[in-house]
Amino acid sequence: MADSRDIAISAQDINKIFNPGSDEEVVALQDINLEIEAGEFISLIGPSGCGKSTLMRLIGDLLQPSSGELLVNGKSPRQSRLDRDYGMVFQAATLYEWRSVTKNVQLPLEVMGYAGDERQQRAQAMLDMVELGAFAKHFPWQLSGGMQQRVSIARALAFDPSVLLMDEPFGALDEFTRERMNLQLLKIWNQTGKTIIFVTHSISEAVFLSNRIVVMSPRPGRITEIVDNTLPYPRDFNTRSDPAYIQLVARVRDLLRDAIGSGAANDGEAE
Amino acid sequence: MAQAGASAAASPRGRLGYYFPTLAIAVGVILAWEILVLAFDIQQFLLPKPSAIFSEFMHQVSLWLAPGERSILFESSGATFWEAFGGFIIGCGGGVLVALITSRWTIVSEATMPFAIAANSVPIIAFAPIMNNWFGITNPASKMAIVAIIVFFPTMINTVRGLTLVDASQLELMRSYAAAPRDILLKLRIPNALPYMFSAFRVASALSLIGAVVAEFFGGPRATLGVYITQEASAFDFAKAWTAIMMASIIGISFYLVVLYVERRLMPWHASLRDSG
Ligand SMILES: Nc1ncnc2c1ncn2[C@@H]1O[C@H](COP(=O)(O)OP(=O)(O)OP(=O)(O)O)[C@@H](O)[C@H]1O
Ligand SMILES: [Mg+2]
Repeated sequence: MADSRDIAISAQDINKIFNPGSDEEVVALQDINLEIEAGEFISLIGPSGCGKSTLMRLIGDLLQPSSGELLVNGKSPRQSRLDRDYGMVFQAATLYEWRSVTKNVQLPLEVMGYAGDERQQRAQAMLDMVELGAFAKHFPWQLSGGMQQRVSIARALAFDPSVLLMDEPFGALDEFTRERMNLQLLKIWNQTGKTIIFVTHSISEAVFLSNRIVVMSPRPGRITEIVDNTLPYPRDFNTRSDPAYIQLVARVRDLLRDAIGSGAANDGEAE
Repeated sequence: MAQAGASAAASPRGRLGYYFPTLAIAVGVILAWEILVLAFDIQQFLLPKPSAIFSEFMHQVSLWLAPGERSILFESSGATFWEAFGGFIIGCGGGVLVALITSRWTIVSEATMPFAIAANSVPIIAFAPIMNNWFGITNPASKMAIVAIIVFFPTMINTVRGLTLVDASQLELMRSYAAAPRDILLKLRIPNALPYMFSAFRVASALSLIGAVVAEFFGGPRATLGVYITQEASAFDFAKAWTAIMMASIIGISFYLVVLYVERRLMPWHASLRDSG
């Protein structure tokens, strides 16, 4: 595990405005201040359109902030991207339909110049972990949406990046698979000490997984509250019946209700 | 289900059942043609009977197989096929190559696209007499050139589209890996362009035979299908002319089917998507 005081991600006064100056101007993020320590598991939660994906993409250097300063592992996001620090799981699985499942998982390894047999080994290990070991030779169209998303998680983990950016990775899964995947993810996190930034719409998932929960509100996208979660790890099925857990879920739910309320007050539109 | 559909089409019985209506229509049309010609006593120079065309075809086959004899029809078919095929390879190869080169620089491909689209609407066949002057009327290169130009533009346009119309998040994925432009080209843009390219090749396979035969109407060596058709038609030997038209159709359809077959072998993912859809 990395030194717990290392800062993995630091965002200072970040603003992101799409199409500034035009009719379609959108203030997607306003005054975002956030420090994430190396090895933290952070959840972002908030109503649709509050800028969760945008924040992820800023961190991942797929977008540039309109103003403010962003550092990842002490470097610019761009440098971190060039150093291949990011494993990204997008909201949609974005598999390459011309590649088999294992070839999809091997894609980053090919790009990064891993040898053939190591590629295969890693891909198989990652697929086993997401419980899709038997589907290595299938093609994406032969898998369900949830299975495709799990392939994209295996792909993001394959090259062992130090920062995982996961945008609603389990949104398409049934409750039971989702809980199993949650446990798997915690296991990986515990073993590798990665910094994980995890977007979800599920309050219970956010509370179960992370050590801090960032609650956001829309229009303009802002952080309304950062909730510390001191529930001890390892967490398992019993955690969900812990009174402290139940209390936290209720707390986040209240915060979220307020966040949606404030968004709705602005333009009368919310989830 | 994709799998169920694929396996039904793959089993011989399923395949037969699938093609039966098409075959039935073909047989029906030929029968109706024969009966109409007989019933209305249509002159053979207006429309020969299918049976007359077929017996002329068998006659040519026997000439072709007999030692010491020659079948102008089969020689013509071979010559025209090579013109079409040569032009297809040159034109499609050139189209793909130019698309790859121009797509390297977005500005260049955006600047050339309007010209390519305009050129694609020009009746290229009108240049046939000029090509005859350039290359010589009996030189197969004059027909190949026409074919190559005809198929070049659709191939180039489609390939550029396939290389540039890439899903934004698939590109972002490559970007998150800090992938080299070469990897983005080989692992994303080209596979993405394959379906576009093959839909151009399928069109080009039909166009290339049309281009070659029509170019031959403007003059060419005796043993080519276009010249054969014009000469037999003006000599009122319509069974022969129709046999040549039939050969041209057979070559054109076979050419198309070969392209289709290669497409399915090369892109199993795409064929299956189409089957299930
Ligand atoms: N490329 C873009 N151009 C213009 N506006 C954009 C763009 N991307 C996002 N936005 C706007 O920014 C705001 C935040 O979008 P974002 O995708 O970050 O929301 P989100 O919190 O991820 O929502 P969801 O939970 O539905 O995924 C939205 O109002 C959206 O319309
Ligand atoms: Mg989102």
